[in-house]
Amino acid sequence: MTPLAVEGLRVELDSAVVVDGLGLEVGEGEWLGIIGPNGAGKTTFLRAVAGLVAYAGSIRLLGDEVDGLGRRDVARRVAMVPQSPVIPPEMTVLEYVVIGRTPHLGYTGAPAARDVDACRAALARLDVAQLADRRLGSLSGGERQRAVLARAMAQDARLILLDEPTTALDVGAQQQVLELVADLRESRALTVMSAMHDLTVAGQYPDRLLLIDGGREAVSGSPAEVLTEELIARHYGASVRVVSDGDTIAVVPLRPRVGAEERIEP
Amino acid sequence: MIALRHRRMATLPGLSPGWLAAGLGTVLVSALVALAAGPVDLGVGAIARELLSHVPFLDVKSPLSETEDAILWQIRMPRVALGLLVGAMLASAGAAYQGVFRNPLADPYLLGAAAGAGLGATLVIAYSHGEAASRDLRPLAAFAGAMLGVGAAYLLGRSVAGRTTATLILAGVTVASFLTAVQTFVQQQNTDTVQEVYAWILGQLETSGWREVALALPYMVVSWGVLLLHRRLLDVLAVGDEEASSVGIDVSRVRLIVLAAATLGTAAAVAFSGLIAFVGIIVPHAVRLVVGTSYRIVLPLSLCFGAAFLVLADVLARTIVAPAELPIGVVTAFFGAPFFALVLRTTRMVGS
Repeated sequence: MTPLAVEGLRVELDSAVVVDGLGLEVGEGEWLGIIGPNGAGKTTFLRAVAGLVAYAGSIRLLGDEVDGLGRRDVARRVAMVPQSPVIPPEMTVLEYVVIGRTPHLGYTGAPAARDVDACRAALARLDVAQLADRRLGSLSGGERQRAVLARAMAQDARLILLDEPTTALDVGAQQQVLELVADLRESRALTVMSAMHDLTVAGQYPDRLLLIDGGREAVSGSPAEVLTEELIARHYGASVRVVSDGDTIAVVPLRPRVGAEERIEP
Repeated sequence: MIALRHRRMATLPGLSPGWLAAGLGTVLVSALVALAAGPVDLGVGAIARELLSHVPFLDVKSPLSETEDAILWQIRMPRVALGLLVGAMLASAGAAYQGVFRNPLADPYLLGAAAGAGLGATLVIAYSHGEAASRDLRPLAAFAGAMLGVGAAYLLGRSVAGRTTATLILAGVTVASFLTAVQTFVQQQNTDTVQEVYAWILGQLETSGWREVALALPYMVVSWGVLLLHRRLLDVLAVGDEEASSVGIDVSRVRLIVLAAATLGTAAAVAFSGLIAFVGIIVPHAVRLVVGTSYRIVLPLSLCFGAAFLVLADVLARTIVAPAELPIGVVTAFFGAPFFALVLRTTRMVGS
């Protein structure tokens, strides 16, 4: 069963069309990166898939329409890591991660020992088991992002949505978090869909990219196909140089008024 | 043994037996102090022995005379019991409102509950010209008024585009101002009952036997049942509406249920005790400072310490200017307002 199949998706927010006719499929274990300029509809698209906004068209999670599923069922199939998660500073990391178990508990049920074990295991997989009793407010940016990922892991969903997972992290923490996601994808057979700002990162981690602009699909394909100087200039209005070294792609912004050739030549 | 220890390690730090015992112990001690306080000196020891004499299979003889027995059971005990109920209710409802709105300054007086109850009671007092028979009608009118206030605030909050937590709170303040204006108008139109209205507004724990306790108790029990069942969900709401939805919670339904339960209990408390402010803020905050922010602990402990707090405040209200009595609302405000200022200064407002 395909983890995610979207057809003719249209989302309006305050009567403005934000997502307009998107369609795609994400296969089991695949990592799809979503890129596009600010306001292209990346976040809204992810929220629609997580069942957080009303939509027209079709979004199927493991074959079932999101609209027809209860909130709990959606939360068992898809976990979302928002761009700027709400971090209650006084809450301990373990208490926070346990929130991820909610779709597996009864309405008024308390987390059982095995739920707490699952949360400790999620923390251990993210190498932060020792943070369990720390307060969220005392964590560094990278540690906090791992706590948020652990909460999403604790949800035990096959599809995980990451909305700009590395904003506000330094380059080291950024890399560590993305490597963790890559590892988890392998070891837990997760399907990942992430909205990404940093095009170099987008070129290195996902298997496939979808470039959206104005709520519509502009291009989709392998990173090498999507990350071209011409497409980025057209959709981002940016002047960049795409440097490719075998499998690794890097997108380097260049100051537009200086001739690109002159700067690169030694 | 090892399995046992592992199990304990694996569970979340919840309400520990120690804290539960401390909470219940505080309730018991404050109740004994309150039972002993009064113009007739009964003595804590004698009261304890009297109570024990009612425990079956325990051979203790009560040292109290018949009159003392009546003072204890018909005058002091109902008042203490009402104080325990009202204090527990206001504190737990305060904690619940704070959880639902993710706002540390939310309390039962938000959303127009108290203002509505005040209007209801004032209407009855004013238009019955203070007749004794109208006393029975007062709680009902207060209750209807509280529900009206919250209902109006809720509808107003919903009708505003792009509503947030702050929208609902502002709607509550708006409704409260309006209802208070109407209440003041009615009060000034009927000058013969102004004093009685004032006495009710400032709060009092007057009882005539066990009547009030028996009438208030069912609403509060229902309210507590619902609130305690939702204490884990209140923790989930701490991550905000969007993320709570994304882990499978129907946020508006949970919010509506908790609000309805907290308001039901608040209305019952206000109906029988008048307007006693600040309990709903002081108690949950003090509890949070000591045991952390999880509602699985904060809610039951607020219930216990709220009960003890109000009963002790009532002891002060009864004894400070004896033989006269201070309105208990004056006592709670005297301690509450500075505490509120402190909370205001030290909390970072949680985003709306």
